[in-house]
Amino acid sequence: MAQQDMLGTAEGVALTGEPGGTADGWQGMVTDWSADRQAFREVPWGKAMMWIFLLSDTFIFGCFLTSYMTVRISTTVPWPNPSEVFALTIGGAHIPLILIAIMTFILISSSGTMAMAVNFAYRRDRVRTTTLMLTTAALGASFVGMQAFEWTKLIVDEGVRPWGNPFGAAQFGSTFFMITGFHGGHVTVGVIYLSIVALKVLRGDYERTGNYQIVEIAGLYWHFVDLVWVFIFAFFYLW
Amino acid sequence: MAQTVVVGDEHAHGEQGLHEPKSFLTRYIWSQDHKVIAIQYSITAIAVGLIALVLSWLMRMQIGFPSSLAFIDQDRYLQFVTMHGMIMVIYLLTALFLGGFGNYLIPLMIGARDMVFPYVNMLSYWTYLLSVLVLVASFFVPGGPTGAGWTLYPPQAILPGTPGQEWGIILMLVSLVIFVAAFTMGGLNYVTTVLQARTRGMTMMRLPLTVWSIFTSTILGLLAFPALFVSGVMMLLDRVLTTSFFMPTVVSMGQQLDHAGGSPLLFQHLFWFFGHPEVYIVALPAFGVVSDLISTHARKNIFGYRMMVWAILAIGVLSFIVWAHHMYVSGMNPYFGFFFATTTLIIAVPTAIKVYNWVLTLWEGDIHLTVPMLFALAFILTFVAGGMSGLFLGNVVVDVPLSDTYFVVAHFHMVMGVAPVLAVFGGMYHWYPKVTGRLLNDTLGKIHFWVTFLGTYAIYFPMHYLGFVGMPRRYYDLSGISAIPHSAQTLNAFITVVALVVGAAQALFLLNLVWSAFRGKPAGSNPWRATTLEWQTPETPPGHGNWGPRQPIVYRWAYDYSVPGAPEDFLPQNHPPERSGVSGAGADVRHGGH
Repeated sequence: MAQQDMLGTAEGVALTGEPGGTADGWQGMVTDWSADRQAFREVPWGKAMMWIFLLSDTFIFGCFLTSYMTVRISTTVPWPNPSEVFALTIGGAHIPLILIAIMTFILISSSGTMAMAVNFAYRRDRVRTTTLMLTTAALGASFVGMQAFEWTKLIVDEGVRPWGNPFGAAQFGSTFFMITGFHGGHVTVGVIYLSIVALKVLRGDYERTGNYQIVEIAGLYWHFVDLVWVFIFAFFYLW
Repeated sequence: MAQTVVVGDEHAHGEQGLHEPKSFLTRYIWSQDHKVIAIQYSITAIAVGLIALVLSWLMRMQIGFPSSLAFIDQDRYLQFVTMHGMIMVIYLLTALFLGGFGNYLIPLMIGARDMVFPYVNMLSYWTYLLSVLVLVASFFVPGGPTGAGWTLYPPQAILPGTPGQEWGIILMLVSLVIFVAAFTMGGLNYVTTVLQARTRGMTMMRLPLTVWSIFTSTILGLLAFPALFVSGVMMLLDRVLTTSFFMPTVVSMGQQLDHAGGSPLLFQHLFWFFGHPEVYIVALPAFGVVSDLISTHARKNIFGYRMMVWAILAIGVLSFIVWAHHMYVSGMNPYFGFFFATTTLIIAVPTAIKVYNWVLTLWEGDIHLTVPMLFALAFILTFVAGGMSGLFLGNVVVDVPLSDTYFVVAHFHMVMGVAPVLAVFGGMYHWYPKVTGRLLNDTLGKIHFWVTFLGTYAIYFPMHYLGFVGMPRRYYDLSGISAIPHSAQTLNAFITVVALVVGAAQALFLLNLVWSAFRGKPAGSNPWRATTLEWQTPETPPGHGNWGPRQPIVYRWAYDYSVPGAPEDFLPQNHPPERSGVSGAGADVRHGGH
């Protein structure tokens, strides 16, 4: 088209924004950001939106954890020892942090199955994708189940309440229930989200377009929830 | 040319398919069209803003003419203060700028057919409406709405003795938490749309400044509202489950309460980590709107476009590291004050760049004193006056004696109350013809402008002096305080009279909005001869999908005004170079993406 040469920057930028003939590293980023249409080349809307949401959610968890650290410092009563509070007696043996270790292991493993599901989704292996996603969801559900067990034990057997507990500072219970509850809510939502996507994959809903990016987007959310748990685990149980 | 088309021309709705409205209900009520959602947001925000306006009248009556209205007692007064502040800042300005202007203008200005996820966008509005309803419901519960002040500082916010302690504070916090959810749904849409759904040729550096500013302020919102969400959740737990996040050991009414060991300062840090960016969430869109209005109505390209963009971004980043300048008298570590005073004064630099650039845009411009232009000019004057007093308050030693006086009230009302509202009015007069196809009445508009502009100066400028003589804010009754001279009362009565007049003048605006929608002068598609894409739509008001069969292609920046040789002195952004002659193409090279 004769017009093309006249278009100047508009088309020139669009051309350099093409996959293939692009620079890498910083130059690539500059090229992408000065392109038209998309700042993140080839990133679908849903994925961009999920990343931005996760950034926002990071600030929520960041505020929660910062607040937890602040009240832990500000309270005048000694903080309960997490190794003691979160210990289980199994077969006569008193093992500190055993339940939480299992829960962490399960959640981290579920990130592995999720990553495999994404891999098979892009190969359009629907059965394996669904299986792995449902496995991920099941691992997540068992995490929430164990969390429910932990809560029950703390509330019923040991008398921990949001407003007080027999071990020390009242803020221990308040921050614990608030932060693990908020995280558990995220896991529960993730389990439902993954299950729905898994069933839609199995039903072949994405075959028409062949676009399986939804699996990766769901995976982003799931990995984020796992990552947040690592911080909660470190700050709450190991400190 | 074919290889440049990455996903095809219809990329903008290729991923989801554009939802076609089928009935009256899906077209106007449960609409997923960004333009309808924008109007819904705007109407709701204005309606709830009118409540806040009436509350300010009642407050002014009490201050200007104490006890003239028998039903205003101390508790009521504090409730009015609280609800006025909260509604104006969050439910009116934030919702109107981002939900209203953002929703309407972003897709049109970047050449998209809609937001990227229209359904989520619709959900955002209905969730916002829910938060407004919860907020308004607090007027009708036992004990009334909360009277904790819009900052809701604990411990007093949830202790007996503060009005609304029974239900009001709970509804307020629940409403805020819902609002954050609503904002997040909308905000994710705005940011993703600007980043990933621009039309061909629309590079980031060709975006109109309105889009840049709304984009940046939405990012601020997505990062700042989490702090409000978290503090809201924690205070709710403190109030409902008697936890002690924010509550130290308190003896109230002679009894030691169940709370112990919490940190009230933590709330202030969380609140202002939200609260300060919030100032810029409502100020940045005003900057952007005013930049575009000035350029259009002065028929000149915006001075220093790139500098304007970087200033917006710099203000956005800096706004996250100045929050504790609201807390100089809170009892935090005094050394913090040094850091936060420094960052606060640094933020004046990009802000001053913007003001200079506006003035330089006007310099030797072909200034049309239309109603939108009048409001834009008034914005600059008001914003500069309010910003100057911010330099006073940003310094610790000056702030300490002025804290909690009317100087502070004057400062923030001018800089983040009146100034953004003037930009809102300017924007409404400017874009109303696109929304309805008709112009707002000019005479009514000019009366509205002069009463509002001069009136707000008459209200807030004297308040600086009241602050200097030590008149404290949030006091129900100042009589019998010997430190305050009698003349202060005269001034207060004057301010009240003006406030009543200015408030009443807003009825003219509402009348104008309604009357002009049916009887206004037909505007045509581009009454201001503006360059940006929203004025180039095939239909006015734009139809569903905005662009007819083909999305526009952008060839130039948004500010090609007074182009020599151009047939109408301006070149729209989608005007191809070869039809415009040499100067048009030259303008493109000079000011385009590079």
